[in-house]
Amino acid sequence: MASKKLNNVYIKDSFSIAGPVEKKGSIKNYDLVMDDYYYHEKTFEQSEIKMQKVVIDNLLNQNKLINSEIDLLVAGDLSNQISVSSYTASNYTIPFFGIYSACASFVQGLIVGSEYLDNKRKGNVICVTSSHNLNAEKQFRFPIEYGAPKPTTTTFTATGAVACLLTKEETKVKVESYTIGRVIDMGCRDASHMGAVMAPAAANVIVDHLNELNREINYYDLILTGDLGCIGSKILIEFLKQAFGLKMKQHMDAGCELYLKSQEETYAGASGPVALPLYLFNKILKQKNRKKQKILIVGTGSLHNPFFVNQKLTIPGVAHAISLEVN
Amino acid sequence: MKKEEYQKLVSEYTPKENKWKNAALSFFVGGLVGFIAELIALILQNSFGLEVTESYSWVCVIMIFFASFCTALGFFDNWVSKCKAGLFLPTTGFAHSVTSTALDYRKDGFITGLGSSFFKLAGSVILYGIISAFFLSILGVIIYG
Repeated sequence: MASKKLNNVYIKDSFSIAGPVEKKGSIKNYDLVMDDYYYHEKTFEQSEIKMQKVVIDNLLNQNKLINSEIDLLVAGDLSNQISVSSYTASNYTIPFFGIYSACASFVQGLIVGSEYLDNKRKGNVICVTSSHNLNAEKQFRFPIEYGAPKPTTTTFTATGAVACLLTKEETKVKVESYTIGRVIDMGCRDASHMGAVMAPAAANVIVDHLNELNREINYYDLILTGDLGCIGSKILIEFLKQAFGLKMKQHMDAGCELYLKSQEETYAGASGPVALPLYLFNKILKQKNRKKQKILIVGTGSLHNPFFVNQKLTIPGVAHAISLEVN
Repeated sequence: MKKEEYQKLVSEYTPKENKWKNAALSFFVGGLVGFIAELIALILQNSFGLEVTESYSWVCVIMIFFASFCTALGFFDNWVSKCKAGLFLPTTGFAHSVTSTALDYRKDGFITGLGSSFFKLAGSVILYGIISAFFLSILGVIIYG
């Protein structure tokens, strides 16, 4: 059993920065936006490190906190050896935990941070995640402009960084419980169809979460998945119906919602660990006339590696879930 | 659910590419690239007095330069995604793949980055191009003597 209810862990604040394509998307109120992929740095990798630093610094300033008041920094990204997060962490005196679950890294970070705070009386944890479209292209695919048409199932790695502050102080967003997901491999080989890779993992973690905490699917007002994309979302709904007999009506996918339909270059939607927190913190939690609601957040990750894809191995997916109670 | 059943479900929900439309578009755009190249060759032959073979070499250089220039300005890949194989199969695609790797790895060092990654994609084209040219020339010698 990998589900657990938490004692008074809250999300206090967040800070986001979004890239040039994201700012033209469905969300217009990001805290900061970048005009280009370099963000006044020499390389894309350095630009991503700067993005992470900017969100952490702004989050600290916004909450009038200094390094010594933060117990733990949990960060993850898509670069080799998660070096973007590690290099960012070298700028702070905060104890650091680097994590990787591909695009499920943000939810994994929240779980690690919440678990750390769970039995403490007070404390602060910062969870950070970022992705950079051109870094991810370089890392996972071919060079930036690899000069071949992409299939319609392709998702577009979102550019952005999000830092979120977890605390024991009571706020309007409570981290209520979490479920750690299993790695599921359903025989998909296409790295351009990550929605299909991750949908079974998402379905399994949702079912595990509901079963282990004795809940019905209608318990949640919203089930927000990370980056399945518009095609992956349809597969998830159908898979839940066929494999588990569950009808999920209150579903939304951050990847599918982040961009406008007119942004053709984004194909099936956004991917990357930052897609979920960008949508969660800048849309769902910033809604006007926000009602009391229970939200299940499901971060989904495709655990592939270019070598294994070239070796024609099937791609495993993972998903982790965290339940939020919003007042 | 078994893996095979899941793969069936996935293919049901995966939009099918319109291959005929893509092929027609590629045919038209590829033909247009050829037409432009021929036009440049004719201009070079008639206005600059170049020999036919010499003019085609210059056409190749001009097309490669033009494609690389568009890659550097950042819009060649957008054209490719719209024009499909009509743009990435001719010399323009080869030039684009080399320029984009060069741009991608230019900050990673001349030897360790740019040099070693330069032919990341184009290397396969060169290698298998040379191998197939070798065997085809042997075949040519056998057939035509």
